[in-house]
Amino acid sequence: MKVRTSVFATLILMSEVIGIALFLRGFFPVPIKSSLASKNSLSDLPAEPLSGSSPNTTRLPHPLFKRVVIMLVDALRDDFLFGPNGGTFMPYTRHVVERSSSYSFVAKARPPTVTMPRIKALTTGSIPGFIDVVMNLNSPALLEDNLIWQAKTAEKRIIFYGDDTWVRLFPKHFMEYDGTTSFFVSDYTEVDNNVTRHLDSTLKRDDWDILILHYLGLDHIGHISGPYSSLIQPKLMEMDDVLKKIHGALISKEAEGSLPYLLVLCGDHGMSETGSHGGSSEPEVNTPLVLISPAFKRKVGMEKPGVIEQVDLAPTLALGLGLPISQNSVGRVIPGVFQESSLRDQLRFLHLNGHQLNCLLKDSMPSYEKEAGFEQYRVAEKAHGNWMKLYFEGNTSEVLSNMGKKVLKQYLEALAALSSALSKQLGKYDMYSMIAGMVFVFQLLMILLLAMPEALSADAAVDLPVASALLSLPFYLLCLLLASVHVLVCTSATSSCYYCTLSWGLVFVVVAFSSAMFCILISMAVRRLSLGLKYNGKSPLKTNVSEWSLSELDVLLLAGTVGHTLSLAASSFIEEEHQTWYFLLNTLCLAMFQDVCRKYFREKSTSKDEEDCLLPSKDCWNSALPQPDASSEKWLALATPIFTLVCCRLLRSINQTGVQWAHLPDVGHWLNSSEHRTVLSLLTVFCLVLTYLLVQRRCSWVSKVALAFGLVGVYSYRAAVGNVIFPWQHSSRTMSKGTVEARFVYVFVLGILFSGTKDLLRSQIITADAKLKSRGLWEIYSGLVLLASLLFRAHNLPVLCCCLLIQTLISQFIWKKLHYDAAQITIMHYWFGQAFFYFQGNSNNIATIDISVGFVGLESYVEAPAIFLTALSTYAGPLLWTCHLVCYLSSERHRSPVSVGHGCYCLALLRSVPAAVYIVLVTVLRYHLFIWSVFSPKLLYESMHLLLTAGVCLFFITMEQSPRKS
Amino acid sequence: MWDREIRAMVSTHAIMAASVFMATVVPAVFLPGFSVYGTHLSWLYSVSAAVTGVSVAVFWLLGIAQPTKKHSLGYKLSRLCRCCVYFFLSCIFFHFVVLLYGAPLVESALETFSLAVLLTSLTTLRCLCVLGPNVQAWIRVFSRHGAMSVWDTCLQITVACTLVGAWVGAFPIPLDWDRPWQVWPVSCSLGAVIGFLTGLVAAPAWIHHHRKHLTYKSK
Repeated sequence: MKVRTSVFATLILMSEVIGIALFLRGFFPVPIKSSLASKNSLSDLPAEPLSGSSPNTTRLPHPLFKRVVIMLVDALRDDFLFGPNGGTFMPYTRHVVERSSSYSFVAKARPPTVTMPRIKALTTGSIPGFIDVVMNLNSPALLEDNLIWQAKTAEKRIIFYGDDTWVRLFPKHFMEYDGTTSFFVSDYTEVDNNVTRHLDSTLKRDDWDILILHYLGLDHIGHISGPYSSLIQPKLMEMDDVLKKIHGALISKEAEGSLPYLLVLCGDHGMSETGSHGGSSEPEVNTPLVLISPAFKRKVGMEKPGVIEQVDLAPTLALGLGLPISQNSVGRVIPGVFQESSLRDQLRFLHLNGHQLNCLLKDSMPSYEKEAGFEQYRVAEKAHGNWMKLYFEGNTSEVLSNMGKKVLKQYLEALAALSSALSKQLGKYDMYSMIAGMVFVFQLLMILLLAMPEALSADAAVDLPVASALLSLPFYLLCLLLASVHVLVCTSATSSCYYCTLSWGLVFVVVAFSSAMFCILISMAVRRLSLGLKYNGKSPLKTNVSEWSLSELDVLLLAGTVGHTLSLAASSFIEEEHQTWYFLLNTLCLAMFQDVCRKYFREKSTSKDEEDCLLPSKDCWNSALPQPDASSEKWLALATPIFTLVCCRLLRSINQTGVQWAHLPDVGHWLNSSEHRTVLSLLTVFCLVLTYLLVQRRCSWVSKVALAFGLVGVYSYRAAVGNVIFPWQHSSRTMSKGTVEARFVYVFVLGILFSGTKDLLRSQIITADAKLKSRGLWEIYSGLVLLASLLFRAHNLPVLCCCLLIQTLISQFIWKKLHYDAAQITIMHYWFGQAFFYFQGNSNNIATIDISVGFVGLESYVEAPAIFLTALSTYAGPLLWTCHLVCYLSSERHRSPVSVGHGCYCLALLRSVPAAVYIVLVTVLRYHLFIWSVFSPKLLYESMHLLLTAGVCLFFITMEQSPRKS
Repeated sequence: MWDREIRAMVSTHAIMAASVFMATVVPAVFLPGFSVYGTHLSWLYSVSAAVTGVSVAVFWLLGIAQPTKKHSLGYKLSRLCRCCVYFFLSCIFFHFVVLLYGAPLVESALETFSLAVLLTSLTTLRCLCVLGPNVQAWIRVFSRHGAMSVWDTCLQITVACTLVGAWVGAFPIPLDWDRPWQVWPVSCSLGAVIGFLTGLVAAPAWIHHHRKHLTYKSK
């Protein structure tokens, strides 16, 4: 089956999008959320079960503790306390653990073991998913139901000292707080002194109920010098002293008759052997949890601490304080804590916890009846009701207590089953889906690579051996094999897997498609290999090599593409990716400059020196064109790369992006400050006029008028929103949303797009007029430019302007004159597009996406247009450049008609190589410390870019006329 | 003749590499507190000065520079002046290029200019020594198939190596390792010097290896 190159490339890209979507679904497990938006409150607690008569009381049992002090030591590993050195590291705590009334556990944290998600887990009892963090980057406050909120609603007074992540997560929740930033990792004393300095005065007071302390120093020491450094012991001794101080104060405050206190010592995550954290190794996951209260039984001697989940603390604290358990908690109460209360209360606590877990299970799983925990819970609840009946009948015999213990056991089993069923779905990578997606993407990439010689040939058509692959035996065998692997994996999988939940028909289609791809791949490889062998057999290898001489530009383009792809493995290079692109773009411009110099100066010298022309120079063949305007053209051509370089240098200072240098002042901020509104207004006017001048050249007069009106509309929109000054509107300073103005612009955008499409259709269907077609194309392009100028923030309009200017100049003076081929031009367009993506102020962080763009011209939030507009304005740079590529390649008269196909193929290759490599990198680095903050957002950006590129490639298909026609 | 020229080249290059080495070691012995990272600029200047002095001396002694027909003092002086002007212009050119690559405009102008001086003394100065202040010859040498002697090829290789070294040296700057050599312009100048040294080694080796295929038109 022969397909055109552009069709082939687009098909491959679209299938890659599907593969990446599958990968993403596996990489970001959907978090379990209760469908109810509200938070749990005391009023909707279940009644105490009682069989027979009407339900009993719905209130909670009395709280067990009056005051709670939570001392959270960042990166406290379990062996710092429970290990053999625990006695020397934290002598007092160790003593309390061994001899005093306390419970100690090893609490297992779930990966990613990073502070913020761990705090969420400790307070909500849920396990935050990856997508959760990415989605919540814009709203730092924790909106889910959580313990702190519950405590505040119950009018508990909370004091917090420590890491300011808490302050950001729970704004206005604390009666008193002092946040310390964990910005300077090298500081490990000041951060802790800032917490401890409040301690003395606070402990003396009586006006608080919950005190939370978060110590960061230990974590910082871990990052600096690891868990075996000499700094660890003094720091742990310091922590020990703090605990001793708190414990002493609490003991001295304790009054007869009132409820006892509770002191909790815990860590949010551990520390690996090198001192970092984020992964899932044993020392990173295991944290100590010590609960100290006079309400507990006094212990004699060290016991081996039991193992619990970190999320279990949240429901335990909630019940201990007499609060409802937060809705999305998957933890179960720690049974030991309530051992000293009455059997009725114990059963009631367990019942409440079970009820909450059961509700969550019903909400999050469609087939909840099949879960063992559900049935166990029902049985236990029934038994509980029977027990209550006996209890109220005044039965106090041995039978009652035995029966109660049995119910207790049933409850505990049910809780364990429920909790594990819920947490199975959470916080784990769905490796099967990820690998399936990855294999899929790589098959496609290999096909794309193998098709390179054919796709870039003069034919621009790829021969895909589909029929032979579908009819071959290996195809069916492979189908069978993959299907059986699928069944095997899905039946034996312990955790849930998205790919397994797909319907059988869909899975079969995917399996068949994948095996067909594999067969095609093999047959193509065989064909290529045999061709290569034949070729090599005929001619010696030496000539083959010398044919492959690359110019410096080719070397640069190849090295840059490969180097950029490799740089994605380092988190800093992802954070500062804009630097990579600026650097590469600069080098590209210099290389172009060198090419231009070589062309013009060499020519001059060849005409002067007869001797030199004997050289077999490549440039010699078109030297004879001594035209009158050659000299001015020469200087323009020489000036273009320099002008581009200067432009890029200026644009770079408009928006500082990235992480390390993002705080530096930039021109964008300067322009946006209110004193410089006049400058901004003048700049906007200048840019809009320049945009008009640059774009209108290639449009019909209708579009010219529409464009002019549209650009005026853009200015009035900016004036209405209040960014720029409107000269005839001094008095009334009414800020509106500019809906009317924006819609006015939209009308013209649609008009221009419509007229462009009309021209295109006419040229395609009625008359095969190349001129009409190119005009239609450029009109569509100018419609896009108009839309972009509306969506860009006012200070970013120079970016748009420079983009147009550079496009015009370079295509006029360099690409046309230097006879670059379609592949080179495509790569250059792609690089420019990438650099302009960052010139706009984007970065690889979700936080830089300008969401306000989604509201331009809309009264309220409407999802579909908002997402479309946001995506368009975020990717405006790459999109404009790729559109320019289509227009340029298809409207150049002297280019062969296949160049559009070549361009499309190169674009597909350029986009899919980094995407495919990146998903492998992300899979390998999935326990990296920065996987959430750096790698995952980049993954989303990459996949979005792939999707958009696939869309633009559709545009390419319509543009590529078949070579036979012309 | 081949062997002699290559031998001359090897010895020249050895002397120059030694001068770079001495420029690093000698001040460290005599000046207290001198180090490559700590007092980077002075190291940079000392390397530039050493390379400048040594290459001028060596090429003058060897007499590789094109034999001048006129020997009048005025002509020589004007040549010298033009050389100095070119040297300075090249410093400015490199400064400009480094600025375009994103070096801060005002803040560390001195560092940037020092890097430009280093690059000039490693690349332009050699051109001046070998080719003289003759722009046409430079363009000829640096265009495709333009080399007309062994020294031209050698020049191409060393200049390319130096520039590529400085280019590669910029890569580690965005990494968040907080190392002393990531400070601007340490990594770039180190890269340039390492590239230069590599070029000094690579040029004779490459020429020796390809001596069968190398043919020059004139001479």
